[in-house]
Amino acid sequence: MNENLVRIKRKNQTVIFIVVLTVFTYLSSVITDFNILHGIATLPEAIVWIFSNLVITEESLERLPTIVEKLIETILMSIAATTTATIFSLILGVMGSKTIGTSKALGVFARFVASLSRNIPVVAWALILLLSFGQNSLTGYLALFVGSVGFLTRSFIEVIDEASQSAVVALRATGATYVQIIGKAVIPECLPQMISWVLFMIETNIRNATLVGILTGTGIGYSFDLYYKTMNYPGVALVTISIVLAVILIELLSNHVRKVIL
Amino acid sequence: MPLLTVEQLGKSYNTHTKVLRNVNFEVEAGEFVSIIGPSGAGKSTLLRCINRMVDIDEGAVIFNGADVGMLNKKELRTLRTDIGMVFQHYNLVPRLSVIENVLHGRFGYKTTLQGIMGRFTEAEKERAFYLLEKLGIAEHAYKRCNQLSGGQQQRVGIARALIQEPKIVLCDEPIASLDPKASTIIMDHLKSITVELGITCIVNLHQVEVARDYSDRIIGLREGQVVFDEMSYRLTEQRTDILYGTKSKPVTQVRELLTV
Ligand SMILES: Nc1ncnc2c1ncn2[C@@H]1O[C@H](COP(=O)(O)OP(=O)(O)OP(=O)(O)O)[C@@H](O)[C@H]1O
Ligand SMILES: [Mg+2]
Repeated sequence: MNENLVRIKRKNQTVIFIVVLTVFTYLSSVITDFNILHGIATLPEAIVWIFSNLVITEESLERLPTIVEKLIETILMSIAATTTATIFSLILGVMGSKTIGTSKALGVFARFVASLSRNIPVVAWALILLLSFGQNSLTGYLALFVGSVGFLTRSFIEVIDEASQSAVVALRATGATYVQIIGKAVIPECLPQMISWVLFMIETNIRNATLVGILTGTGIGYSFDLYYKTMNYPGVALVTISIVLAVILIELLSNHVRKVIL
Repeated sequence: MPLLTVEQLGKSYNTHTKVLRNVNFEVEAGEFVSIIGPSGAGKSTLLRCINRMVDIDEGAVIFNGADVGMLNKKELRTLRTDIGMVFQHYNLVPRLSVIENVLHGRFGYKTTLQGIMGRFTEAEKERAFYLLEKLGIAEHAYKRCNQLSGGQQQRVGIARALIQEPKIVLCDEPIASLDPKASTIIMDHLKSITVELGITCIVNLHQVEVARDYSDRIIGLREGQVVFDEMSYRLTEQRTDILYGTKSKPVTQVRELLTV
């Protein structure tokens, strides 16, 4: 009997949830003047357009070497931004950790820096940095770097705080210094998860680098922007496909690395 | 002069409960002392006061002529090199190899940079292998610690303590997570540390029998106070009951429990 009651209650909750969701969807489309039906109706048309215009032609394939060059530039920049951010995040992560952090003030500082750089989207960072550094690859690099520091610091803090503290206690008891304890007990213990996060960050940064490149006029994003504005749609298609392929390749690669280290 | 003197030691983690109260005892060099007592009596806390893993609130701990509570950071580091510590859960870095974990015991003697770079002398490495040989786990030297059994991991822990060349080894329930066979191996090794190397041992134990079999002297702790401190053979069953508060229940009460 009791079971039945619970079931009815659950059913009611589901119904209420669906009703609320429908009302919200309706309200938001009314407020934003967005016609769902119209959107759906134009979808086939859009798909037809994509398939008839965004095709790779032989002519556009001639541009492949330049595109590949830009692509490699973008990948390398993403990796550079990630690795340099890793070093900073490691220090901030140790500072911000609740278990091995040294002082409360430094901990608050580290977490503040992390949340500041993480909660502002990379695109916004790129636009802000554009003002002071202008349109060049440094701006793109910095935008990725700042975003990475925020994300990695937060991840590292979590990894460190979840790791076992027992070896830390043991090394403290042998008379090891703080830095020795971090270097020889904490980091070896957290290394696999940390590497995993860094790989994830590289993947994310390669994706973001395209967007940032459009704004800062560098790398593959620049090529995309150029072809797009000159209405060279086969070029746009080629750039898009090469980005997709590169991202898939990097993902496969890092999944392999993960399997080996974990 | 005794190697270790504990004088009117008091310790509390927060204001309303005192974990240790007026603890007094001395330990001579080369002694094997067990500390027994019910859970929460303050045994671990007492050990941690000796190498100041926790701060000392009242009284003093004098080790090898130095007032442990008064040492500055650098002096404390030197003190800790003289004190090995062995833990219930071994406290190794599981992903590192056995030999790396053993060499961690040398960090106290090294500069930060030497430690980080893993610069160890030939003599230190030889000593590490010698200790592993002696503890019977030399063939596992290059294995990761998490591939070893509990008993083997505890022997790595002992090797890490011994490579410090300590004057004393503090063991906090070294056999609490081990089966009887592995426990015997570990206790035998600890005993031989004192007998062969002349290193003092203080061992927290839950097994009264083991304490009586292995130690020269037993200290009984109850609610943060020393209630027994004598040669091992003088620990009678009656006194154990008092120590643990297990004073056998009146027969009638036991019978009631059985029939319910
Ligand atoms: N870091 C700490 N912070 C606050 N209280 C603590 C801390 N460590 C221990 N205590 C408290 O101090 C008391 C004694 O703990 P201690 O670990 O020294 O006992 P023990 O005799 O070693 O017990 P066991 O046999 O269970 O290991 C307990 O009441 C415990 O809750
Ligand atoms: Mg304990």
